[in-house]
Amino acid sequence: MGDALSKSRKRVKTSSREREENRMAWLFSAPALLLLLVFLLIPFIMAIVLGFTNQRLIPNPNLPTKFVGFRNFIRLVSDDAFLRGLLNNFYFVAVVVPLQTGLALALAILINQKLKAMNLFRTVYFAPVVTSMTVIAIVWAFLYNPGEGLINAFLAAISFGKLGPYNWLLDTKLVFPAIMLLSIWQGAGFQMVIYLAGLQDIPGELYEAADVDGANKWQQFQHITLPQLRNTSIFVILSTTILAFKLFDQVKVMTNGGPQNASMTTMVHIVNQGFGELKVGYASAISLVFFLIVLIVSLIQRKVLPEEREVA
Amino acid sequence: MNISSAYSTEYRVRKVLNLALKYLVLVLLAIFFLFPIVFMIVSSLKVNEAQVVSDMSSLRAFLPVGEIGFQNYRDVFDNLEFGQLMGNSVLIMLFTIGIGLFVNSMLAYALARLRFEGRELILSFIVALIIIPFEAVAIPLLLLVNKLPWFGGATTWLDSYHVQIIPFIADAFSIFLFYQFFISIPKDLEEAALVDGASLFRIFWNIILPLSKPIFATVAILQALASWNRFMWPLMVTRGPDHRPLTVGIQSFFGQDPRIWGDLLAFASMITIPVLIVFLLFQKWFVQSVARTGIKG
Repeated sequence: MGDALSKSRKRVKTSSREREENRMAWLFSAPALLLLLVFLLIPFIMAIVLGFTNQRLIPNPNLPTKFVGFRNFIRLVSDDAFLRGLLNNFYFVAVVVPLQTGLALALAILINQKLKAMNLFRTVYFAPVVTSMTVIAIVWAFLYNPGEGLINAFLAAISFGKLGPYNWLLDTKLVFPAIMLLSIWQGAGFQMVIYLAGLQDIPGELYEAADVDGANKWQQFQHITLPQLRNTSIFVILSTTILAFKLFDQVKVMTNGGPQNASMTTMVHIVNQGFGELKVGYASAISLVFFLIVLIVSLIQRKVLPEEREVA
Repeated sequence: MNISSAYSTEYRVRKVLNLALKYLVLVLLAIFFLFPIVFMIVSSLKVNEAQVVSDMSSLRAFLPVGEIGFQNYRDVFDNLEFGQLMGNSVLIMLFTIGIGLFVNSMLAYALARLRFEGRELILSFIVALIIIPFEAVAIPLLLLVNKLPWFGGATTWLDSYHVQIIPFIADAFSIFLFYQFFISIPKDLEEAALVDGASLFRIFWNIILPLSKPIFATVAILQALASWNRFMWPLMVTRGPDHRPLTVGIQSFFGQDPRIWGDLLAFASMITIPVLIVFLLFQKWFVQSVARTGIKG
């Protein structure tokens, strides 16, 4: 990268300039590198080590910290909350990723039309994205109110009283779908914008040619839009998957994983174990499992997407 | 009437119907995305708590009916130290972004433009770090900051502003966004400045910065949203309202019995409305920032 610059510098001359450049580069890099080292890399290495210990957040004099081998990982297998949490994360991926991605694509196609007031609709669909998840969780908790909640009232109205009332957040079968719905509501606008950028990159000539050939809209969607959005879709699907495994805020606020672990997630379990019960060693072991899953998804993403766009 | 005009009338009717259908779908979707926000703001203005709850079962939930006023908002200010929480959130956000923009762009500039020992190594290090989510290191980091010293003899970082700022200043993804942008800037201007004997820092400050406003705006917006909405970390590292941000403040109020919905919704509105206003003012930038996190198709 610095070739052209350093060539022109050679004309100005000297190796002392090069030493100077070296020194300045490290000076420019040092603050961010130091921070990443202390607050990301070191804690990450700590997680690997701590996962094999019985470390507590506040040391207990009767329970000195020591290496316990794979005990934490063996315990995971019989930890109902952990298994339920992991299963819920996969459940969330299986439901939310297709629904949210599909909705986002539909929204993007809708507002990509050359009609009046499209900017207004884009603004509206995007508004939940800038709203705090804690706020959203509280407002939706009210909407899901068991007795006279708005969602129960709505369901009763459209079904002439046949549906509900449901006890959304206290029902082990309904609580997680209820959380999924508000998550889709909050996140769809984000993916919509990414899809919109993808749509606008598709050359218009492709559609013109298809029109000449007499292809209808559905055929154009199938044979032009979808294939042209392949990379965008892979990116959206995999990054939504990673977000699904980070699921925390709305669950912590609305249910803290309950009732009976029905809405437990890996992240809620990590925080409850490490922070709530002070079991840092055990929480670190769960963190490692969590990291491995994210790593696998990220590596797939980097493998499947073209080289120069890999990370973003 | 001949055949062709009948055909064109039918065609026109179908076109209008088609358009009406499109707008119907757009409006229904708009209702879906707006109704919780409208409900929140309207209900927060209802002074009578019993009415807030009883209006929930009908369309009255969206109408400013009954006794309307700002009493709930006053309650939140008087009883819940809202001013303090808001100040905390703003201060944490400003410092995180301010220092972050500087530190991250400097590293990215060195990687994009300077030739030095270890450049490739650092670049792959940054790209690798993007994969490690903060969530995976939060618990060990909690153990770490619990025992870190600070100026004035403090032996822990817990319950402070800096514990909510410093860990989030450097951000691998922001560095990568800067890096991608910097390598796309033509080098001519910098070369001319170099020949004129300008220092590297001067070049960065006077030439690169003014050319890079879009990427600085992008990173600032993404980091501002992340900071404003951050919840898990402050939940673990703050104890009382002194250093707590709004997100944790409203969650702890939500956990109190009995729940006062009018006050809760006023609190929620006050967190949301400022961000919505900023969003409406800088909409294009917000949308562009999010688009930039994606890939170029």
